[in-house]
Amino acid sequence: MINSAIVSWTAFEPILPEMLLVCIGLVVIVLDLFAGKHREFLPWLTVLGCITVMGMVAGQQNASAFGGMILTDSYAVFFKVICLLGVIMTALMSEHFRRTEGLLQGEYYSLMIFSAVGMLLMASAGDLMVLYLGLELMALSVYCLVGMHKGDERGGEAAMKYLLMGGFASAILLYGMSLVYGLTGTTNIAKIAELSGSGQLLHNPALLGALALMIVAFCFKVAIAPFHFWTPDVYEGAPTAITAFMSVGPKAAGFAIFGRVLISGFPQFHDQWGPLLAALALLTMGIGNITALCQQNIKRMLAYSAVAHAGYSLLGVISGTADGLSATMAYLLIYGFMNMGAFAILILLASPGNRHESLDDYKGLAKTHPLAALLMLIFMFSLTGIPPTAGFVGKFYLMKAALGAGYTMTVIGLVLFSSISAYFYLRVVRYMYMSDPQEEIEINYTAGISTVLGLALLGVVGLGLLPGSVIGQAASALLGQ
Amino acid sequence: MSVPLLSALIFFPIIGGFSLLIVKREDVQAIKTMALIISLIEFVLALPLFFMFDKTTYLMQFTEHHAWIPAFNISYSLGVDGISVLFILLSALITVLSILVSWESIQTKVLEFFLSVLVLEGVMIGVFCALDLFLFYIFWEAMLIPMFLIIGVWGGPNRLYATIKFFLYTLVGSLLMLIGMITLYMNGGHTFDILKLAEHTYSFRLQMILFLAFFAAFAVKVPMWPVHTWLPDAHTEAPAAGSVILAAILIKMGAYGFLRFSMPILPDATQAMMIPMIVLSLIGIVYGAIICLAQSDLKRLIAYSSVSHMGFVTLGMYALNTQSVEGSILQMINHGVVTGALFLCIGMVYERTHTRVIADYGGLATTMPVFGGFFLLFTLAAVGLPATNGFIGEFLILLGSFIALPWAAFFAATGLILGAWYMLWLYQRVFFNPVNDKVIGLPELNVREIVTLLPMVVLVFWIGLYPDAMLSFMHESVAHLLQQVNGTAGVEHVKQVTSIVLH
Repeated sequence: MINSAIVSWTAFEPILPEMLLVCIGLVVIVLDLFAGKHREFLPWLTVLGCITVMGMVAGQQNASAFGGMILTDSYAVFFKVICLLGVIMTALMSEHFRRTEGLLQGEYYSLMIFSAVGMLLMASAGDLMVLYLGLELMALSVYCLVGMHKGDERGGEAAMKYLLMGGFASAILLYGMSLVYGLTGTTNIAKIAELSGSGQLLHNPALLGALALMIVAFCFKVAIAPFHFWTPDVYEGAPTAITAFMSVGPKAAGFAIFGRVLISGFPQFHDQWGPLLAALALLTMGIGNITALCQQNIKRMLAYSAVAHAGYSLLGVISGTADGLSATMAYLLIYGFMNMGAFAILILLASPGNRHESLDDYKGLAKTHPLAALLMLIFMFSLTGIPPTAGFVGKFYLMKAALGAGYTMTVIGLVLFSSISAYFYLRVVRYMYMSDPQEEIEINYTAGISTVLGLALLGVVGLGLLPGSVIGQAASALLGQ
Repeated sequence: MSVPLLSALIFFPIIGGFSLLIVKREDVQAIKTMALIISLIEFVLALPLFFMFDKTTYLMQFTEHHAWIPAFNISYSLGVDGISVLFILLSALITVLSILVSWESIQTKVLEFFLSVLVLEGVMIGVFCALDLFLFYIFWEAMLIPMFLIIGVWGGPNRLYATIKFFLYTLVGSLLMLIGMITLYMNGGHTFDILKLAEHTYSFRLQMILFLAFFAAFAVKVPMWPVHTWLPDAHTEAPAAGSVILAAILIKMGAYGFLRFSMPILPDATQAMMIPMIVLSLIGIVYGAIICLAQSDLKRLIAYSSVSHMGFVTLGMYALNTQSVEGSILQMINHGVVTGALFLCIGMVYERTHTRVIADYGGLATTMPVFGGFFLLFTLAAVGLPATNGFIGEFLILLGSFIALPWAAFFAATGLILGAWYMLWLYQRVFFNPVNDKVIGLPELNVREIVTLLPMVVLVFWIGLYPDAMLSFMHESVAHLLQQVNGTAGVEHVKQVTSIVLH
């Protein structure tokens, strides 16, 4: 009896981080009720909790729990670290953000933590059911976060739109999953690969249809064209800190399931989904970069840029190799740093009553606030992919992986579209450095935002100059190991 | 060599540049002095390259090698040979002069300006030292950031257009090269080491594809016709220091890229593309020169003359024999000195008149006789008068291309005649003719400006009268390069011809 009790407890070990995170989320809700005016410590509690969980995640051994439903391989660990970094940086930004926007609700942080739980589950899902569970937990929390501004019309619209479209995508995903289950009799991803690769299923059009349905849903989640239409509106309408969060955490988690299902679940169908996704990636890069050219609102511009970057990141998945997946992982981490940095500047510039989201607000920033302008310059060059910033290293790795897998035309597309992207990223630099200021914007470097900026700068410059360690990590992070 | 001299040369100006941040933003004088001292120290640091360089070997010298990204077999490896060493010295010298010429003309964001110039210097030297293709690319692209700012922030009225155009042109070319680089990596034994890549042999088809990919980047930078159109805008709108650095060093990197990568790594493609490259060069020479005749803007005229002169450089390179290649490298140095000096001069006079329109000048020799003397000397050097450096370079190139393809030398020579025409006519319109009202009472050059121009005068005569001082650096490396391109047989023949010509 005693022995079996011990065994059943060790079985929980792989999901201890998730469980701890749930507890932290609950504690935040309760504390919010009693804390009264002392709510200022809630973001710091979130940060502290996430750092602890990140430490636990990083120390996890490769294991398979609950009959293969939860996998803690190095692939999952890498994605979990990206997602938790996203949460940490968002919480730090929110600590500054609430001052200008008046967001004090404790639910804000608990929702963020719950969505993090969902993302962690997605990263280690070895089974379609867990995958869906994680996805919905994440998505539902984010829907609420988007609509957090009760008085803001844009936010309400964005949340509604996101909810409806997200629900639709989830339904499609479920439909695809049910077909797969009907055909193979299992929801375990590894077993699906075994069954679908052998015998008649290999040429079964129904299985291909099911796969297509699932791909559509994944594309929706990571904003791949033509399923990206929700992105600009939702990104623009959501509170800026949440926009930053969505472009890093949920997107990374989306790519985690994208990669695992396709490469671990349907490797035999690579000939079918590879070219299809390559075409979608090209379309995504095209739409994202070209539409971003004519945006006057910087948040909306960054939304389209997020679409374009989803297209870049897809390149690694497309190549269908371990090298490719590592490239996507490294890119998502790097993108997390640079995009968080850019959004942190947006938040820094926002003041009560005026969010300063127009490009014109950046005119002459180098004169009024040289430090903020310099940081934004570094992030913009990194998003363009100019060395010695990390953005270049990420793109280089992606190109290398895709060329290795033979997708030469897609890579040429990436090159041309990222040259186009230089125009709109550099327009921000141009406005900051080469125009005269229009109005004086007051900037207040608080502890939270300064930490985020420092982290982002460290990530962008550090990974740009010394990418060896992270690339080594990503390269050794493999499915099932 | 245990002292990491090349790393010091790369990182000293970069760190020095950022150390300007500790000076108070308002203390302009201190910032300027510090920047000047940093660039002078850098120049002194570079001198050992000149004196300790071993001219008897083609092997890389002053090498450094450290693992950098082991997962991809990328290393931080540096070294110089006879082809690159002179460019490093030139970069160090030009930076000092650009800082001097910006002394009064840069009034806004002074700190950022000198920071950009110093960072640019370090990165440029990095381009010439890198022996790892990946590292080379990092420096090659990183250069865009400070240059984008230098043109865009401190440039002329149309600077935004010019800087974006410059950036996009270069970026597209470079990214295509990046694809080529990765393809090369996959087919060349998974290494980015330039020397190892050159030892591999590649199929002809692959060589042609790679050649075009590298061509995209290098031809834009040179710039070769027909992708030269960014250059007149960028040169014209850049501040004086920017134009000088662009003309003297940045556009040399394209030609250097051909010498360092395309030729040794892709010898068969180089041979196959010889005629097309020579034809493009000739078009550049003649077209650039004719366009010069129609210019009404001082800086634009000199910019187009660069297109013409760089045509000579690529012509010499692709004539593929010792004289022409050595002439081409020497001509790159010469062009850096002479065109750099001309842009310095224009910067000085622009500071006084604030106009670049040729018609606003006239009779300047009366009001500023010393300046007129300097300008005349550089004009004659640009035209290629014997005893100046321009003559030696152009002569070697013409000689080499005559040996390879007589008709090419014929067309190139017409470029020389046109060159004399537009340069002397320019001199006449600016310095002679009746004195224009706008130039009456202009102050003569001050001591700082004369000091800025003197090193260039020394170089003009030094190379002009004793070219072997520079050529002796190149002999071994160029012979080795041609051996890689032509195989052994070609070189022996060429060496005999060289000994007749040069000794």
